[in-house]
Amino acid sequence: MENFLYTLIIPVILFFSFIFTGLSGNKFKPAVSGIICTATVFISAALSYWTAYQYFFLHGKVNGVYQIINVYKIEWLKFNETLSIDIGILLDPISVMMMVVITTVSLMVHIYSIGYMKGDSGYSRYFAFLSLFTFAMLGLVLSVNIFMTYMFWELVGISSYLLIGHYYNKPSAVSASKKAFIVTRFADLGFLIGILLLSAFAGTFDFNELTNPNGNAILQSASTTFMGLSAISWALILIFIGCAGKSAMFPLHIWLPDAMEGPTPVSALIHAATMVVAGVYLIARLFPLYVFTSPVALEVVAHVGAFTSLFAAIIACTQTDIKRVLAFSTISQIGYMMVSLGVSGYGAEEGLGYMASMFHLFTHAFFKALLFLGAGSIIHAIHTNEIYSMGNLRKYMPLTHITFLTACLAIAGIPPLSGFFSKDEMLVAVMEKNIFLFAVQYVVAGITAFYMFRLYFTVFWNKDKKYEHVPHESPNVMLITLIFLAVCSALAGLIPFSQFVSSNGVPFSTHIHMNIAIPVVGIALAGILLAYALYKKESLSPEKIKNSLGVFYRSAYRKFYIDEIYIFVTKKIIFNLISVPVAWFDRHVVDNTMNGIAYTTNFVSEKIKYMQSGQLQQYAFIMVAGMILIFLLTLYLIIV
Amino acid sequence: MDLILLILVPVLTLAALMTAGTKAQARMIAAAGTGVQLVLSVYLVIVYLMERGSGNIEQMLFTEKYVWFNTLNIYFSTGVDGISVSLILLTAIVTFTGVLASWDVDYLYKEFFISLIVLSTGVFGFFISLDLFTMFLFYELAVIPMYLLIGIWGSGKKEYSAMKLTLMLMGASAVLLVGLLGIYSYSSPTGATALTFNIIEIANVDIPVEAQRYFFPMVFIGFGVLGALFPFHTWSPDGHSSAPTAVSMLHAGVLMKMGGYGCLRVAMYLLPEAANEMAWIFIILTSISIVYGAFGAIVQTDLKYINAYSSVSHCGLVLFAILMINEIVMNGAVLQMISHGLMTALFFALIGMIYSRTHTRDIREMTGIMKLMPFLSVCYMIAGFASLGLPGLSGFVAEMTIFVGAFQNTDIFHRSVTILAASSIVITAVYILRVVAKILLGPAGDNLPSGIKDAVWNEKVVTIILIVAIAGMGLVPLWLSDMILNSLGPITEKLALIK
Amino acid sequence: MESGVGIQHFMILSTLMFFIGVYGFLTRKNLITILLSVELILNSVNINFVAFNKFLYPENLGGHFFAMFVIAVAATEVSVAIAIIISLYRKLKMIDVENVNEMKY
Repeated sequence: MENFLYTLIIPVILFFSFIFTGLSGNKFKPAVSGIICTATVFISAALSYWTAYQYFFLHGKVNGVYQIINVYKIEWLKFNETLSIDIGILLDPISVMMMVVITTVSLMVHIYSIGYMKGDSGYSRYFAFLSLFTFAMLGLVLSVNIFMTYMFWELVGISSYLLIGHYYNKPSAVSASKKAFIVTRFADLGFLIGILLLSAFAGTFDFNELTNPNGNAILQSASTTFMGLSAISWALILIFIGCAGKSAMFPLHIWLPDAMEGPTPVSALIHAATMVVAGVYLIARLFPLYVFTSPVALEVVAHVGAFTSLFAAIIACTQTDIKRVLAFSTISQIGYMMVSLGVSGYGAEEGLGYMASMFHLFTHAFFKALLFLGAGSIIHAIHTNEIYSMGNLRKYMPLTHITFLTACLAIAGIPPLSGFFSKDEMLVAVMEKNIFLFAVQYVVAGITAFYMFRLYFTVFWNKDKKYEHVPHESPNVMLITLIFLAVCSALAGLIPFSQFVSSNGVPFSTHIHMNIAIPVVGIALAGILLAYALYKKESLSPEKIKNSLGVFYRSAYRKFYIDEIYIFVTKKIIFNLISVPVAWFDRHVVDNTMNGIAYTTNFVSEKIKYMQSGQLQQYAFIMVAGMILIFLLTLYLIIV
Repeated sequence: MDLILLILVPVLTLAALMTAGTKAQARMIAAAGTGVQLVLSVYLVIVYLMERGSGNIEQMLFTEKYVWFNTLNIYFSTGVDGISVSLILLTAIVTFTGVLASWDVDYLYKEFFISLIVLSTGVFGFFISLDLFTMFLFYELAVIPMYLLIGIWGSGKKEYSAMKLTLMLMGASAVLLVGLLGIYSYSSPTGATALTFNIIEIANVDIPVEAQRYFFPMVFIGFGVLGALFPFHTWSPDGHSSAPTAVSMLHAGVLMKMGGYGCLRVAMYLLPEAANEMAWIFIILTSISIVYGAFGAIVQTDLKYINAYSSVSHCGLVLFAILMINEIVMNGAVLQMISHGLMTALFFALIGMIYSRTHTRDIREMTGIMKLMPFLSVCYMIAGFASLGLPGLSGFVAEMTIFVGAFQNTDIFHRSVTILAASSIVITAVYILRVVAKILLGPAGDNLPSGIKDAVWNEKVVTIILIVAIAGMGLVPLWLSDMILNSLGPITEKLALIK
Repeated sequence: MESGVGIQHFMILSTLMFFIGVYGFLTRKNLITILLSVELILNSVNINFVAFNKFLYPENLGGHFFAMFVIAVAATEVSVAIAIIISLYRKLKMIDVENVNEMKY
């Protein structure tokens, strides 16, 4: 088998570029760090393409089945004979696919940022953290060991924290970054406990053993039950909580919209294309375990995903901040992927949902990154996020307009753009398994088209708004990336994805299902038409609809008050009802008990010190009395 | 290597300090002495690993025995295993950085450094002792200078804090002494041999279970108070907040580890039956410590108080891990001691440096420090990340080893308290990020003194040494973890036999 | 005559002297008389020493020696005590024991 050892360079080089830029970035001109980081990402990207080529076309298949290749593995921390954290690189179809996605989007974001971040005071810091993030994300997808995944999981969390808080002078950015980290940390606790449970029952952290359908982990799983579910189901549900945190599933989604406080390219990279799909990726990575040991856990995944996709799509229709609309759209699309994973089976055709989910992950990365970068380009031009302060921008920014439109069509699922293919596969998979979930997803497809085109028409059509200065097209370095990503989003769907990725490594072929495709395109077009009617021609008044929906609209606009509930829980309950009393208890009860002992000693001494009166005769009297007492006592004892 | 050197070097440094006239001389001598000690400790680690590598599987290496008080069979016997070697290295690092961090002590500089070095002598002696009596002696030697250091060079309610700290620790050591003497009195149940204080010899003797039941709580609480065992932790917030920087560093970084080490080496090793029987009581107490300390830290407004409560939580985890009784988790306990020692030393050093510039430790009065002192702020963030268990830094290694190990116990009680303890990582994130967001980030405050400068050379040396140690432990933990794991065998075997 | 005075008589005498001394020590206010009472106590002990020596161990002189020793100590004691009393008198202009309570708490 071909030696894939060179794949080690892909993540490691980024780590060094982080260290280098982080430590000495301030010593050079800012542009230097930008160029160094971009160059290293470029090398990584080139190497991943080479790896993908080698893996998919030359050496990955044995007897027509894609193999899992452990390129490299060393023991990093050993617990006992069977449990250890290993560091290494694992290649299989999805990890290679993710590697390509990450390095591509990251490269685009790096190039884009050279233009976008120009003149920013934290320029080299920004690039250092971007490198750190890309390194961590690659480590996450290439990990050989679930604990290694957890480590890099935390690392992407921290780099996301650092990048959201890039504008650290802005209090809103600071609190958003804090919120993102703490919410995901809370979810990670679930992940951690899940890993612990898994390790206790499966006896290993190693992915090869965990996900081997004939391995111990799967065969010996159903042993212990707790509250009606097997222990391994609990473990998998807990791991899903971790995934839900990272992938912003309801009710842990609240950090993602706030995370838009970060620079826009960061939102494109982390909060649209790569980090937020880590949850989907992890479930896909552990998929055999889910399928064979715990259908319940998969059902949870599917239903949470479906609810989230609907919920987020509704909210997306009401938001007015361009990045928040996109953020909710991301949440909704990830929900889609979860549903598709959740209904999938194991095998080639059986695992259509798995394949479709990965396919959508792949296409979504491109068009969502494109949407964010397009939004960044607009924000760069007119310095606001409010969509109602934008209008008629197609006149000023033709290229941005065209690429944005491509992405909108792609996400709406209009053929022959990429979103159409992946969405079609997903809906077919869902349709086969669960008609109710299919109905939900079908509606969401329509809503998706509606809110994307609501955004599109409001921003690029209609009348000019008052601009501080005439909006201008972005610099070329940004436009190149937009065009590249637009080409990707347009064409990515044509890749015969099922030939490369499937749940058990066996390639299979798929075709368009007309009975699904036509209604889906139909509802998407209906959504677009509605948006056209409301926001372009204004033959229907959005205001009227808004008013007629009343409470429902307002609560959707306020994101169904989930944030308020969180604030209530954290501020009122955790802070005021637990921490403050704990601190009070510590100072006033525990500490005062200790002080009380000291005070009692002091008090008693104070009282008995008067026995030392300085009166000589009093002392002598007590002494004599004592002597007599002892004498009498002795006498009594002798007599008795 | 002759372990007595580890005592001799500080003593010679003390002698040299007596002759020092000026402040410059005093601090140079102290820095040189502790520097030599640091080199010596690194050398010790190397020769230890080489000795183990060459196949020496004795439980204790470099053992020596000096008669100290013949009639009672007290020897000053020394020897080290992986646990004590790693803690000696930790002590040397923290002492050296502590001396550098107190470069600008204001008054009575000679006496300050003398007390500091007496303290470190006590700690080194404690870790190399294999004899309960000399162990106790060095323990006392380490505690008493603390009183002077806080009482004289401290700030705020220093007399109160010093008194409280010393009295609580002395009270604990009174209980401890009874426990140790109890072990001594049962160290020869058949009467065939003389009574002994030697740990290794006692370990081969079966102390009757009835006796163990009395002495285990005494020894565990006696050492546990130093390890901030709930509800005997209250000396810690006051003590830390009043102590000068170097003393906070040494105290939280090293002294509190003596508690954990003592619990492991004496309470668990010598009294295994009682340890197995009574562990659950202390597991409950330490679980409370962990969560309670973390919640307590959320609402504090003084940086040092936040850190003191965080220390209660993290040291609670050490004792918690010791009580879970298996090889992995005890390994985690020692790793956590080292990890916490390094990062809390870094924290206190940084708090001292920030305080010396802003003249306040109240987080409500500081904001946007990142702009004013980027170097210190970045270091503070790194310390914070280490504390909340970021992979690649030391905290992650230690905490994960503890959680994985603790979860290997199969019953529901151990598992549920493990989950409870694991939940502290979320709370830790809350209070760390709260501080980071409040004081480091945000717009630069205008109520701070003008003309604030970033770190100077000695401060940079302190922080860089500690950060390198933290990152080193976090990035390549295997050698350290293996070194400790190989030495835990005798302890866990003895505990497991009983089970 | 020899038969008339036995050890009992000496003991009765010394006991009386002792308790008179104790009584004086506890009740008198004048430091000089307190000192005299102490002398009474000491000398009652001396009588005991000599008497026991005479009646129980006539062949050796331990009791006599002890008596001599006590007398010597008493002499030094008196000299020190008188010195203290004199200096107290100089300071307070009186020697009433109830007013000499400088050494209290």
